[in-house]
Amino acid sequence: MTHAVSLNKVSCVFVSAGRSVRAVDDVTLDIAAGEFFTLLGPSGSGKTTCLRMIGGFTRPTAGSISIYGAAVSALPPYARPVTTVFQDYALFPHMTVLENVAYSLMVRGVPKAVREQRASEMLELVRLPDMSKRKPAQLSGGQRQRVALARALVSEPKVLLLDEPLGALDLKLREQMQVELKELQRRLGITFVLVTHDQHEAFSISDRIGVFNQGRLEQVDSPSALYERPTSRFVAEFLGAANVLEHEAALNLTGHPTAMIRPERIAIGSAPSARISGQVEAIQYFGSFWRIKVRCPLAAILMVDLPVSSAQPTIGDTVHLHWDALAVHPLRPSVSV
Amino acid sequence: MSGAGASTLNAGAQIGAGLGDRLSTHLLRRQYLLPMLLLIPPLLWFGVIYLGSLFTLLAQSFFRLDDFSGTIVYEIGLQNFIALLEPANLDVIRRSIVMATLVTIASVSIGFPLAYMMARYTRGTTKAILYVAVMLPLWSSYLVRLYAWKLLLAKEGAIAWLVTQLHLSWLLEAILSAPVVGGNSLSFSPLGTFVVFVYMWLPFVILPIQASIERIPPSLIEASADLGAHPRRTFWTVILPLAMPGIAAGSIFSFSLTLGDYIIPQVIGNSTLFIGQVVYRQQGIAGNLPFAAAFSIAPIIIIAIYLWLAKRKGAFDAL
Repeated sequence: MTHAVSLNKVSCVFVSAGRSVRAVDDVTLDIAAGEFFTLLGPSGSGKTTCLRMIGGFTRPTAGSISIYGAAVSALPPYARPVTTVFQDYALFPHMTVLENVAYSLMVRGVPKAVREQRASEMLELVRLPDMSKRKPAQLSGGQRQRVALARALVSEPKVLLLDEPLGALDLKLREQMQVELKELQRRLGITFVLVTHDQHEAFSISDRIGVFNQGRLEQVDSPSALYERPTSRFVAEFLGAANVLEHEAALNLTGHPTAMIRPERIAIGSAPSARISGQVEAIQYFGSFWRIKVRCPLAAILMVDLPVSSAQPTIGDTVHLHWDALAVHPLRPSVSV
Repeated sequence: MSGAGASTLNAGAQIGAGLGDRLSTHLLRRQYLLPMLLLIPPLLWFGVIYLGSLFTLLAQSFFRLDDFSGTIVYEIGLQNFIALLEPANLDVIRRSIVMATLVTIASVSIGFPLAYMMARYTRGTTKAILYVAVMLPLWSSYLVRLYAWKLLLAKEGAIAWLVTQLHLSWLLEAILSAPVVGGNSLSFSPLGTFVVFVYMWLPFVILPIQASIERIPPSLIEASADLGAHPRRTFWTVILPLAMPGIAAGSIFSFSLTLGDYIIPQVIGNSTLFIGQVVYRQQGIAGNLPFAAAFSIAPIIIIAIYLWLAKRKGAFDAL
């Protein structure tokens, strides 16, 4: 089966101020057709460079990229069957909304009436039908986002690249757009490749996620698998709160050299059969749960998330911690950086 | 007790507040006051000195010179403007417009690639060096540069020498023997005038174009490529329209400076006259201030038409 996007041993080295920086380091990745794939990582982790290499704006210094089986590494952006929704939307300020959306059809020589018809349909699809005569400057951030989406989709690309498209929107609008993006992707059946640093966004929207760290692809998996079964300490901690145990503590408590337990998988119970006991050092309120920080001998501090309905310990209390053996997940011993 | 102490402190602060404090409080409360104050000097300058002299000029153009006594007769009439329509004068105006247009086209064509390169492909020191290189001619006197060009273009000047060394004298002679543009030597031909005009105004054309290209977000150019546009297409549909305000600004400089200049065609060129020279001669040698005033209205009208055309063509849409 051909993949929508394949990266084979792709590296990208920048030279800036005399130093060479490995922005992307030996990344091999296959994205399936019709998939909603997310490149997730902190800033500077290489995820955006990866997206730019798929789009053709940055050339890989090693490796090859193919889109639906066709090698595209040597092709300029305008010859690739992909389009991009840019972080700043990159709408043409001197054109109307309709002209912006019809742009890719215009450069392909589609007659004016046809392309305006298609652009109008696209604007309806992104629920922005009455704005066609306006200039981008007259739109709100959310509306510009939709125009950028319509403009990228009108030429029916095989793959849509989204570079932190929701980053500039406020939380409420962002959540709404996440739902709409997912819905749009399902309806159109186009492969979406999204770049984000927000793990909540990645979780709620993606079929699969590739986690980037320092130019390397740490792990590729479904959101739940990444959360439940991270392979490295970095992935475990980047995708939410994690108690990572190492060395002696890990061996004593879990039998693994390095292991992770999510805070919500730990419960407070009675002294007998407790895995470990410790003193409550801090309590934080998160709305839907309490986070208790327990200082334990050996393991330093363990985070425990308790439902708000449960009885709360107070600071200084001695608590006894319980967890299921299945809650413990072994990690690849990390090379500390 | 503490309340009383606080009020005493307050009172003390009020007494201690100097005129400066009260003034700044007053300015802060009335948001329009400070901008108004800042506007007074430039408004006085533009309003009284600039517009005032312009209106005096306009008024002058309706008077006439008494041919016998050589004094100005303060009677309002249109005789000066009627005189403008005489074939010889129309010829001067037409020649000036053609020269200004050609100089503008050449300046923009030469200036745009450099401006584009400066804006898109240079950073830091390289950009600073290019800036200085563009501005450097402006650091020396206009007249010095003009006479330097006179020497360069002279019959036995450096350019003629170089052409001879390259065995291309026949080409130069062919060009100089062409009607209208040619002449005795480069320094006595309209071609030479044109070359020096372009040289003189180039910095004023490059800088605004460079600024306007710099303002185009790089993502727009990427977006255009991403949507399937070949770089050539991107240039015509994205870069050029967005650089238009800068090109318009630069072209206004080169166009109006050419229309108004009377020194360059005086030093370099043949005896054909341009608007600036006519104005200069009428008010200086002939002492016909009213006619000089009427003649200097011509470039103002031409520039106004030029701006109107530029606006109608959408040159300022991307502002």
